[in-house]
Amino acid sequence: MRPFTYVRPGDAAEAVAAAAAPDAAYLGGGTNLVDLMRLGVATPGTLVDVTRVAGDEIEELPGGEVRVGAAVRNADLAGHPLIRRRYPMLAQAVVAGASGQIRNMATVAGNLLQRTRCPYFQDVTKPCNKRNPGSGCPARDGEHRDLAVLGHSAACVATHPSDMAVAMAALGAVVHVAGADGPRALPLPGLHRLPGDHPERDTLLRPGDLITAVDLPVLPMAARSRYRKVRDRASFAFAVVSVAAALEVDHGSGGPVVRDCRLALGGVAHTPWRAEAAETALRGGPATEEAFARAAGAELAAARPLPGNAFKVPLARNLIVRTLAGLVEGSS
Amino acid sequence: MNTTEDDPAAGAVTADLRLRVNDRSRPVCVDTRETLLDTLRERLDLTGAKKGCDHGQCGACTVLLDGRRVKSCLVLTVTADDREITTVEGLARDGGLHPLQEAFVANDALQCGYCTPGQLCSALGMLAEAAQGWPSAVTPTDAGDGEVRLDEAEIRERMSGNLCRCGAYRGMVEAIGEVAR
Repeated sequence: MRPFTYVRPGDAAEAVAAAAAPDAAYLGGGTNLVDLMRLGVATPGTLVDVTRVAGDEIEELPGGEVRVGAAVRNADLAGHPLIRRRYPMLAQAVVAGASGQIRNMATVAGNLLQRTRCPYFQDVTKPCNKRNPGSGCPARDGEHRDLAVLGHSAACVATHPSDMAVAMAALGAVVHVAGADGPRALPLPGLHRLPGDHPERDTLLRPGDLITAVDLPVLPMAARSRYRKVRDRASFAFAVVSVAAALEVDHGSGGPVVRDCRLALGGVAHTPWRAEAAETALRGGPATEEAFARAAGAELAAARPLPGNAFKVPLARNLIVRTLAGLVEGSS
Repeated sequence: MNTTEDDPAAGAVTADLRLRVNDRSRPVCVDTRETLLDTLRERLDLTGAKKGCDHGQCGACTVLLDGRRVKSCLVLTVTADDREITTVEGLARDGGLHPLQEAFVANDALQCGYCTPGQLCSALGMLAEAAQGWPSAVTPTDAGDGEVRLDEAEIRERMSGNLCRCGAYRGMVEAIGEVAR
């Protein structure tokens, strides 16, 4: 591991100033970064520990939104009554990820900014356009079973590994950032970017930007929402495919109708994937399995699977249908 | 807690700090790259916590940090200078084993024993989490105020961060369930 200087700033402004050092990185829970440093994938010269300055409170704002401090630990997010009551899919997403120990350590901002678990990215003996731009992508012709089917590029087929971020993308959570140019806000899923020709850039953050908080919007239908995750073992595994869904259904004489919905997919793209085409297809239509399958098809028409991960497309379709159908059953 | 480059030839950066481990204050001088697991084992002679994978996947290194279970292979020691650290060596009280340790023995909850210190610390952290009503992937999270009943499915899910290559899970589930009741 490359030697590094450790800095513990007193507040966010000090943190941003410290991060101006060359090769500086922010340290949250360390559950991903420390491992990447050990693997030689991340080589910061300065670590700026922001676990005590980035905010560790969850509070309701005057407008009814819920503000989650960037340094809130994942376990505290999932266990908080406001999150469990108003945004159950977010609490479910968090407890569906990692292990008890990791959730006690990992922060909300660190979860959003964790790197892909693509095996080539994590192996410094292999080419990888994300780790070493221009070196190539062996995943396309190699081991890509777990990688992207939507929005990937010739340069990169990596997936974003987070569960939490999928639920936040469905909710349209707003990420607050402090930077050298002052504060700004990025609504999810607009924090992350598709790989294009620059897979080394996971997000739209600029060097030195510090996430300070995430605001969850007022969204009554999220009180009945669901996160479902398909993984290779029963616990402590990344998503093969996951779905975060909220559904508002009118039960009229002509059968149930979708008044509004939110849908996002995990394990399928370089970003948490907000399924806007499916949402558009669903709104105002019948709340039936046939309609859900058509909406899923509308979203997945854009899928370009590779030979080893083509199974993800029907898996995502079935998961969308089952999750939405479950929400209808629970609504009558 | 800032650090200085006092060994520019080697490039190492070190920090002097005091760790509170098992109710004792211990001064150490560590390389910033050092993990809490390595500090405990190599500098403080506390070899209970084990290095299994060194990647946060096996749980053999689990200790309690301010009462919460963490993987010490992913904690940089410089970040832990004012935290309360409890290792498996700190569980016994008044010369006797902790009730959870007794239950592990009574239920044959180990074979080779390598993962056991991590399992014990993890289980203690888990019992405290359950007592606070924290949700898991096998309980409905939207209840919000429900009491957690630690049945077999709950214990297995909540302990999934600790692997046992001997497969002594059955005894561990029994032992943890016994202490939970």
